Amino acid sequence: MKKIVLDEKAIDRALARIAHEILERNKGSEKLVILGIPTRGYHLALRLRKEIEEIEGVQLPTGAVDATLYRDDLGIKKDQPSLKRMEIPISIDGRKIIMVDDVLFTGRTIRAAMNALMDFGRPLAIQLAVLVDRGHRELPIKADYVGKNIPTSLKEGVKVHLIETDGMNEVIVEAPDAKG
Amino acid sequence: MRLKRKDLLGIAELERDELELLLSTAESFKEVSEREIKKVPTLRGRTIINLFYEASTRTRTSFEIAAKRMSADCINISVSTSSVVKGETLRDTAKNLEAMRPDCIVVRHSCSGTPAMLSRYLACPVVNAGDGAHEHPSQALLDMLTVKERLGGIDGIKISIIGDITHSRVARSNIYGFTKMGAEVTVAGPPTMLPPGIEKLGCRATTSMEDAIRGADVLMMLRIQSERQAEPLFPSVREYSRLYGLDEARLRAAKKDVLILHPGPINRGVEISPEVADGPYSLILDQVTNGVAVRMAIFYLLLGGAKEGLQEGVKA
Amino acid sequence: MNRLVIKGGRVVDPAQNLDGLYNVYVMSGRVASIKKAEADTSEVGSGVDIIDATGLTVIPGLIDAHAHLREPGYEYKEDIRTGTLAAAAGGFTAVMCMANTKPVNDNESITRYILNRAEGAMSRVYPVGAVSMGLKGERLTEMAELKAAGCVAFSDDGVPVANSGLMRRALEYSKVANLPVISHAEEHELVGAGVMNEGDVSTRLGLKGIPNAAEDTMVARDLSLAELTGGRLHIAHVSTRGAVELIRNAKARGVRVTAEATPHHLALTDEAVEGYDTNAKMNPPLRSKEDVDALRAGVKDGTIDCIATDHAPHSSMEKDIEFDKASNGIIGLETAFSVIYGLVENGVFTLSEAVRAMSTNPAKAFGIEGGRLSVGSPANMAIVDLGRSWTVDPRQLNSKSKNSPWLGRVLLGVVVKTVLAGNIVYSRA
Repeated sequence: MKKIVLDEKAIDRALARIAHEILERNKGSEKLVILGIPTRGYHLALRLRKEIEEIEGVQLPTGAVDATLYRDDLGIKKDQPSLKRMEIPISIDGRKIIMVDDVLFTGRTIRAAMNALMDFGRPLAIQLAVLVDRGHRELPIKADYVGKNIPTSLKEGVKVHLIETDGMNEVIVEAPDAKG
Repeated sequence: MRLKRKDLLGIAELERDELELLLSTAESFKEVSEREIKKVPTLRGRTIINLFYEASTRTRTSFEIAAKRMSADCINISVSTSSVVKGETLRDTAKNLEAMRPDCIVVRHSCSGTPAMLSRYLACPVVNAGDGAHEHPSQALLDMLTVKERLGGIDGIKISIIGDITHSRVARSNIYGFTKMGAEVTVAGPPTMLPPGIEKLGCRATTSMEDAIRGADVLMMLRIQSERQAEPLFPSVREYSRLYGLDEARLRAAKKDVLILHPGPINRGVEISPEVADGPYSLILDQVTNGVAVRMAIFYLLLGGAKEGLQEGVKA
Repeated sequence: MNRLVIKGGRVVDPAQNLDGLYNVYVMSGRVASIKKAEADTSEVGSGVDIIDATGLTVIPGLIDAHAHLREPGYEYKEDIRTGTLAAAAGGFTAVMCMANTKPVNDNESITRYILNRAEGAMSRVYPVGAVSMGLKGERLTEMAELKAAGCVAFSDDGVPVANSGLMRRALEYSKVANLPVISHAEEHELVGAGVMNEGDVSTRLGLKGIPNAAEDTMVARDLSLAELTGGRLHIAHVSTRGAVELIRNAKARGVRVTAEATPHHLALTDEAVEGYDTNAKMNPPLRSKEDVDALRAGVKDGTIDCIATDHAPHSSMEKDIEFDKASNGIIGLETAFSVIYGLVENGVFTLSEAVRAMSTNPAKAFGIEGGRLSVGSPANMAIVDLGRSWTVDPRQLNSKSKNSPWLGRVLLGVVVKTVLAGNIVYSRA
């Protein structure tokens, strides 16, 4: 059983608002670098770059930070997660990093991504933008910019579909099947 | 996705999708070696033992760097004598090692089959770093990665492996690897260095250097294994070099942008002339860089996953 | 004056062309009479032991023309006591033991030592004396002395007699003793550092190979020398189709040659080395399917007279090491009959052909009393259950060494009892 919590237009509006918030909080675009967490976080990062370019007329350096090698659950899962891309386009020393991910859940991915980032240099600040915050944090991690807060139960699943990866734009919440 | 086995003993038993997984994972790991902090915490606290019965600085160093870049602890054990001299069975050797609780053992030995024999007694993954004339899987993987990077892929390319095929584990692993990935493999060497039934491994065999060079996209020159040969298979190094050495003249008969690989160390002037070794077509240094990435990928795929499921088939 | 009757068994004795239900009467250690079971109305008197062989098969005790009992010198691998126990458990009532002990059996005192140690053993031991002193291939042994001490043949087995001049002399001189020279036929330089058959499998495994030519060239030499000298030659552990062909032709020409093949060379190919199992490493090596087929045909048409085990015990120190370094050889006394019976079951041989090769012919070739159950023959027999299977469990093998490729396998044909000179020397539940 699934429910669409954000449709295409809602996603666009959320990203537009987040772009404005980023520029407002940071008083402009100086020293900003956008790094998305692949796969979907990276595509959201590219969209944010475009939004910011449309507002400020500046194209921010954008890339990807893959947290896979820094995950804390590698010795537990049966299958090895496949490595994604690590693309740091510019030195992060002294810059403000906007990390972007699709869903914020336990916070462990963000913790891993921050550790990865720290191996590349010493950013001035790291801020986190997520499309969806579904709660259930297991670590003290907070998002600075949130598209939508969606309280969920642990049994439910939140899926973000983007046209770049899934052929459509929507965010759905799935309840477990009755036959579970 | 994961590898379908506990150990990496050879390329022969790998399926194509496992090879592709290893290569794509290695590609990702190349980036780590380009950073300033060349380390990821992925295998932090794991212990990797390099058990080298055969001297080999470059392969051992490559495995060591790979282990350390993954934050693992790496211990080098050089064994100068074989079990029979030490008076220790393979079971004893394995159990003694296991008492140190390693997470992975990398084995190089001059006797074919030894990593496989040890792995039967060990619960942890065993990586074959070269066993006799049998296989050298990490070398073949880095060769394939190097070719894939330069040519964009391996399907349909023509590769010729030239030299002492009989005694070469690099040749065997590469024959398996490249044919599984869709390449056309030719092996060439003097008749005394082509083993019986080599074509059954999936390649073409010829004794003509010219035949091997013509139309090849990649030339892999093997080292003359003087330390591994018990009897002389060739009357003299001079004659070998005249008939099967790669120099600029022969190179001109090859395709315009032919790639040249060599597992190293090179016998300059024997299988490759110095100009060719240092020339623009040579990928010998790329191979070394890719070697570390490939070995990181091997460790990641063998060690990263859960321990359960790895215990089957281990002998008491 | 022991008296024994084996009742109701299927007696298979190729020497007498027997295959049917018979009662075998034994007195004073010899076969007193054989009577057709259904027609036998004689009363079994008191004081006669009865073995009920209903549903079982009775064959003349097997005779192994080639075994290594390792005593003196290598008792940690096997000794005469455990070796003969293993033999009895395998249905063998006689074993010829090779001379490559330490010290080598190249003089009468070692021969007498061996026979002394074999006194009262569960299987009769017939020593083979060395051809050359110390197996060095330089000087001939005192063959007449060795024969007088009890040797039944001469062999440097373990190593070939590389010097053709010496082999010629050995074959000529052996006529003094009128005993065969058993040749371990391999050309050293062609074997080189080889550890398995040279072929597709050795290429795949990256192991050095031994070509068929290593054996063929030496067999050709030996046959030529046998023809030249008129001496008696026996080719040990034949493994190649080339050798079979050469022996067949030589016999047709009247050369005095006999030959043997092992159960493993008849049952396995070089594919058994896959996985680097050192229990598939022996000399000569396991060969290709074509060679195995030729060997089988050779046994069937009599070119290969005997099936002999080449029982070669080795401890884990010699086998659980790198393949290249592992010693050659496997044990075979306890599995030989079952392995060959497995081939009978698969239609490769008839039971008669198997018994002829494992008992009748070895007795004939080496002048050993036995190999048949005719009246007056020694009461040496194996009573087997052809319908029963057993699992080869290393803990239950009588041999000290466990180097067998059949460990853990289920084999058909169980030796239930072995009788030696009318005494039950082995019995299995």
